[in-house]
Amino acid sequence: MATDSKDSSTGNGIKRRDFIYVASAGLGIIATGSAVWPLIDQMNPSADVLAMSITDVDLSSIAVGQSITVVWQSKPVFIRHRTPEEIAEARAVPLEDLPDPQTDEDRVQRAEWLIMVGICTHLGCVPLGEQGLYGGWFCPCHGSHYDTSGRIRQGPAPDNLVIPNYEFLDDNHIRIG
Amino acid sequence: MSNRMMSSKITKTIIGVIFGMTIAAGVMAAGNQRHAKDMDWSFEGVFGQYDRAALQRGLKVYQDVCASCHSLKYIAFRNLVDIGFSADEALAIAANYQVTDGPDQFGDMFIRDGRLSDYFPLPFANEKAARFANNGALPPDLSLLAKARANGADYIYSVLTGYEDPPADWDPNSLMSYNPYFSGGAIAMMAPLFDGFVDYADGTEASVEQMAADVTTFLYWAAEPKLEARHKMGFKVLGFMLVLTIVLYFANRKTWTEVNKK
Amino acid sequence: MSTDTYNPKGKFFRWMDDRLPIIRLMHGTFVSYPTPKNLNYWWNFGSLAGIVLMIMMITGIVLAMHYNSSADAAFDSVEHIMRDVNYGWLIRYVHANGGSMFFIAVYIHMFRGLYYGSYKAPREMLWILGVVIFLLMMMTAFMGYVLPWGQMSFWGATVITNLFSAIPLVGDAIVSWLWGGFAVSDPTLNRFYSLHYLLPFVIIGVVILHIWALHIQGSNNPLGIDVKGPQDQVNFHPYYIMKDSFGLAAFIFVFAVFVFYFPNMLGHPDNYIPANPLVTPEHIVPEWYFLPFYAILRAITFDIGIPGTDIVLLDAKLLGVIAMFASILVLFALPWLDSSPVRSARFRPIYKWAFWIFFLDCIMLGYVGSQKPEGIMPILGLVGTVYYLAHFLILLPWLSRFEKPLPLPESISNPVIKATGEVGHEQ
Repeated sequence: MATDSKDSSTGNGIKRRDFIYVASAGLGIIATGSAVWPLIDQMNPSADVLAMSITDVDLSSIAVGQSITVVWQSKPVFIRHRTPEEIAEARAVPLEDLPDPQTDEDRVQRAEWLIMVGICTHLGCVPLGEQGLYGGWFCPCHGSHYDTSGRIRQGPAPDNLVIPNYEFLDDNHIRIG
Repeated sequence: MSNRMMSSKITKTIIGVIFGMTIAAGVMAAGNQRHAKDMDWSFEGVFGQYDRAALQRGLKVYQDVCASCHSLKYIAFRNLVDIGFSADEALAIAANYQVTDGPDQFGDMFIRDGRLSDYFPLPFANEKAARFANNGALPPDLSLLAKARANGADYIYSVLTGYEDPPADWDPNSLMSYNPYFSGGAIAMMAPLFDGFVDYADGTEASVEQMAADVTTFLYWAAEPKLEARHKMGFKVLGFMLVLTIVLYFANRKTWTEVNKK
Repeated sequence: MSTDTYNPKGKFFRWMDDRLPIIRLMHGTFVSYPTPKNLNYWWNFGSLAGIVLMIMMITGIVLAMHYNSSADAAFDSVEHIMRDVNYGWLIRYVHANGGSMFFIAVYIHMFRGLYYGSYKAPREMLWILGVVIFLLMMMTAFMGYVLPWGQMSFWGATVITNLFSAIPLVGDAIVSWLWGGFAVSDPTLNRFYSLHYLLPFVIIGVVILHIWALHIQGSNNPLGIDVKGPQDQVNFHPYYIMKDSFGLAAFIFVFAVFVFYFPNMLGHPDNYIPANPLVTPEHIVPEWYFLPFYAILRAITFDIGIPGTDIVLLDAKLLGVIAMFASILVLFALPWLDSSPVRSARFRPIYKWAFWIFFLDCIMLGYVGSQKPEGIMPILGLVGTVYYLAHFLILLPWLSRFEKPLPLPESISNPVIKATGEVGHEQ
């Protein structure tokens, strides 16, 4: 009944047979592979989600020493109207004391407005404001302390709180994204 | 062998009967509605793609004529990039619209200029408002109309260009217009297009037929925005599958040669 | 029947084989399974149906990641898939047309079984499990069609669930239980979604039983005669793996023509109108694969009562429902209704005609189901329904007794050696 291909094929026959089988298998693998990509890519952010990238904020009602949290791309963004003391404190820290060295000037466009993504760079919790050892933010999940510029000072988080792209439309309005 | 011939005869008869029934079904589908005019569209066929200029003119017709009553709720301004506008041009179009957003930090809704992520605003707040403003009729949303009617493109074009003098038994007090391409013949929408009604940016003469064809193209795109990607991918997939089928045909034949020899 | 030739090579495979012989099972199913060597291309459609089931489940699971089953959001979420989700349009069109492809494969598979007598002893359980799969498929397809929440979804769901109101006494209670409300509404959509997701896994379970039953007795073949020995058989691999692969590629080609160039041809335009509980579409039709059964449902338009009195024993609505369910359930009894010892229609000169007339009857019922019940249609529907049931309940038992079959060939391998007649060309 069943035929054993190795016995019955001769020279030329083997090559032609092998070619057609290798071609079948190769094309079959390409077909399957191409069919898999759409199934993976569908889980990436969809076009409408990607388009929701802008949040406008009116700053006029935020008094000195107050913070608000706005939502940008489904994430909390902290907007803090800093006091002069906080600014001075942030700018007095020597860079070598910082795990992730960055000057306060590099983190703000206007010194009184600190705008940053409110997500701990450790494992993604939302830090609490005006708490912790450095008068900035404190993440309750694993004890990371951030200073008044949102820089990591102590605890497991590796990086400073992230600064999003934003621009001042005028003195009282910013656009994040 | 006779057995085999008989089967093939039976098969042919069956195919004939099925075919005949399909044609009969097509003829009988007509009913109380005139058959749509059979037009040639750039997006038909295996290689069919949208005519960008027609799409942009069609958008203008939608904005200037249809939009006062008909929503286009599934289309966002960002989608206009697909019909040949740059992102800046699309943003400029969006900025012409006022969009309600909010609530702000005081809890109030506010009005702002449209952005790319916004959708075309609705002409009426809700269905009741739409009916109230249109003598009880509800102007349908246009974003899926081309797929929600049989022969959608031909249908839309035919209705837009198909207004005629009503037949003798027409009620003179009727608020409806006569349009034999519309189901039942009585349509609540008055003839919307008149020669020269729209000022085309590209200088095309705005005849009724031209405007109808342009807005039809635009609405077909609105209903099936991925048509171009689909046609392009389809051509590749079919070509590939054809090659794979042929290769597998020979591979299969090869596998079976020795069994068949015995 | 099955010859177990698996011989694990290497330490790991021997270790595994002693503990969980799953590779041995796979080997027995897809490699060493001895198959009649004369199967023709109609035998491809069983494995094709299995592969389409896999395609449907994969695309379905993916669609479920984006679909929203609330009545307010379902329609919008489908449009979101079509417009914004990466490749969403492709995945949805594959799933929507895949339903039709599944039914095409399964109908061909079933008609093949009818023509070649694959339901007869010793394969009755195989056939019965197949009918169970068919029933589960119908339920799954029906509930899936409701999910986009368009006009046809809504009114199809309304009409079909209302079938149960024909049941005496408890009908209305059953219908409102099915709905979870006073009409097809949000709770109905949610439970249909849940069941639409669940049932394919049940189908897989029955498919495994179906394949198990197949491998107990082995495949039938176009001659319908038993396998006499190894000279009549080949191993499933590579022979039928290759043949099925070729068939699969050709089938996918046809599938792709629909997906890429006629994606909405098998659907209905009204389903692109959001569900509106206040307006029924002018002409409700189910998906094409339900049309023959829909015609049977509508075929009976008269009550049956005691003559000379006003007493109605069975009203038209109930009769229609009974006829429709009977037309499916009669398939369970088929192995016993047809008791002719000859399987293949090739050697049954009258049954061959009966088969084709029955096939045409199904096509005609499908056509009647697609038309408005006007003019000649109700009569055609009634005649078709009566013929459908008579085929199984009268014609087949009668044929089994009085038909004189043609002489059967000696064995599968014998006619192949002659190789000049029709049998040699089958492969």
